[in-house]
Amino acid sequence: MPKQLFVGLDMGASRTKVAVIDQDGQLIGHAVKKSGIDFSATAAACLDASLEMAGATRADIVNAVSTGYGRANVAFVTETSKTEIGCLAKGCYHYFPEAITIIDIGGQDNKIINLDSAGRRSNFKMNRKCAAGTGAFLEEMASRLDISLEEMNGLARQSEEMLKIGSYCTVFSATEVLESIRNGKKVTDIVKGLFYSVIKRVLEMDAITERVVMTGGVVAHNPYIVEMAGEMIGRPIMLPPLPQLTGAVGAALYARDGSWQQTVITAREKS
Amino acid sequence: MTTEQKNIRKKLQATDQMNRIMTVYFYGLNEAATSGNKKVAWCTSVGPAELLRAMGFAVHFPENHAAMLGATRMSTDMIPAANAIGYSPDICSYLTADIGAYLKGITPLSKAYKGIESIPKPDVLVYNTNQCRDVQDWFAWYAREFSVPIIGITSPKNINEVSSAHIDDVTRQIEALVPTLELISGHKLDMDRLRETVSLSRQCTELWKEVLETATATPAPLTFFDGTIHMGPAVVLRGTPEAVEYYQVLLAELKQRIAEGVGAVEDESLRIYWDGMPVWGRLRQHSDLFAGLKANVLASTYCSSWIFQAFDAQDPFRSMAKAYLELFIVRSDAYKEKYIKEMLAKFRIDGIIYHDAKTCPCNSNNRYGMPQRLEAETGIPALVISGDLNDLRCVSDEQTKTNVEAFIEQLEEGK
Repeated sequence: MPKQLFVGLDMGASRTKVAVIDQDGQLIGHAVKKSGIDFSATAAACLDASLEMAGATRADIVNAVSTGYGRANVAFVTETSKTEIGCLAKGCYHYFPEAITIIDIGGQDNKIINLDSAGRRSNFKMNRKCAAGTGAFLEEMASRLDISLEEMNGLARQSEEMLKIGSYCTVFSATEVLESIRNGKKVTDIVKGLFYSVIKRVLEMDAITERVVMTGGVVAHNPYIVEMAGEMIGRPIMLPPLPQLTGAVGAALYARDGSWQQTVITAREKS
Repeated sequence: MTTEQKNIRKKLQATDQMNRIMTVYFYGLNEAATSGNKKVAWCTSVGPAELLRAMGFAVHFPENHAAMLGATRMSTDMIPAANAIGYSPDICSYLTADIGAYLKGITPLSKAYKGIESIPKPDVLVYNTNQCRDVQDWFAWYAREFSVPIIGITSPKNINEVSSAHIDDVTRQIEALVPTLELISGHKLDMDRLRETVSLSRQCTELWKEVLETATATPAPLTFFDGTIHMGPAVVLRGTPEAVEYYQVLLAELKQRIAEGVGAVEDESLRIYWDGMPVWGRLRQHSDLFAGLKANVLASTYCSSWIFQAFDAQDPFRSMAKAYLELFIVRSDAYKEKYIKEMLAKFRIDGIIYHDAKTCPCNSNNRYGMPQRLEAETGIPALVISGDLNDLRCVSDEQTKTNVEAFIEQLEEGK
């Protein structure tokens, strides 16, 4: 007898995330891969890896919902989509059922979403057409510093005297970083300055409430950013179990709670 | 669940008549400029067109031309030419698109109207800074280029209540234009003709107001996107019988739609207010985006800005001054908030979208905390989208789409 599983596919600009949940909302399979240039192929690979982790096949999928920039590229699984803002809200509220502010730092954009105690969105904001404070900003800076993204968290932690970066333009920030390199500043201090810049850019987007949840790949891979953000706002930040997968989990929850009959499900046919 | 679907807005039959009168207008303008049978005045879109028309000028509106450059998606290729001669990418993209197009010897008029080779050369340029300073700088460039006089009205700004002192000031400025205009036109101002023109403008305005207010019906028979196109005659033919006749036809069609229960958007479920400029190069996409989500953007500050209820044929100069001063864009945030609040109630709006146009600060009302204040007061959710009226380099389609879809989801979930 097939299992009753629900799938969320979050096709981000930078990474593709897939979450597989059961009827109780338990996350039983997941995968993350670089989105690359063939969104459909990446989504298929993520889906298969997630199902394998869940010990399931495509025949076990009852319903699926897609989200993210590439949400229209997964018609082979589902034609039903929700925005990443909706899915992040749903995913975060699943873990923290209270009034919260969600700060999502993604590869291409940032979002601040405010939820009331019933989980309804009261407002949201995305960053303007600017890479300031996004994962793309850190990728660009890592490249300038000739370090890997993975190294950044460890380097920032070793900083003794953080560099202050004034500009919110990625290009101007790069110039500031180059100037610091010329002046012999330590890479550790520069990286911590970059982290500080990311948090500042995000926090100036909107007012935040008492309880703050952070999500997204930048947060998932750089726990030090979460600690720094907590220090800046003066209270601890809450994190979902897998911050990078929160949008995908939200999409899967929408799949579970949605109207299955109206959703076009081709996964079963394709399996 | 949001599933995208095609739900295109319905075409208005009156469009054909509008196209006919606009065609006659543009050929008339071209004839005046090429044959010299009439002097040509360029005028800012909100005035003082009545005075120019009454004095026998053929009137060209550069803002209309710039909007055409935007709507035909030519503007983004024109703007760099103006940037290159020192006009910043951060200033009005109507200005930069229009001057850029002139520098490149291109006009959308040639494509739309066979035989028209260029914009009509002006004999005089007449501005009113009630909208912004950019219109004066824009006209000043052409004044140097064509070596023709530039005259205008320097308007008070950020007005709470329009006072008699404000009206006195602008009335004197309009009156002071007359001697120069008489000299250029070769005619004395005929007060009866001015009264008649102001009267026609008032009739046009009343009809245009009625047209826009048909959207108070549920479902609304027209959209903001229709409005941006159908306001053409209210801008360029105000003060003529043709504009009055046109809006009578359009109004009849919209009333018919209401009688039949026909909405401009099928299955209208959400009613949206738009504040700020349209993104001219994305009218179709934005129209389809909202219609596909069963949301009708049905009322706006922009289209309503061509309602001038102060026009009074008995007192043409003072009433023109009052009309140009009462305009939304000339007013303080306190006035603007009161105005928008009334619009939200009148049109029973579910959500408001502010377009933050990169190059148009005077039409980007989100920049001084207005969305937050109005949302706190009315409880009606707001969304700010970043973009521009004419410079598509400042527009991110994907960000707009995600923002709008998420906003509609939010409104649906809150219902």
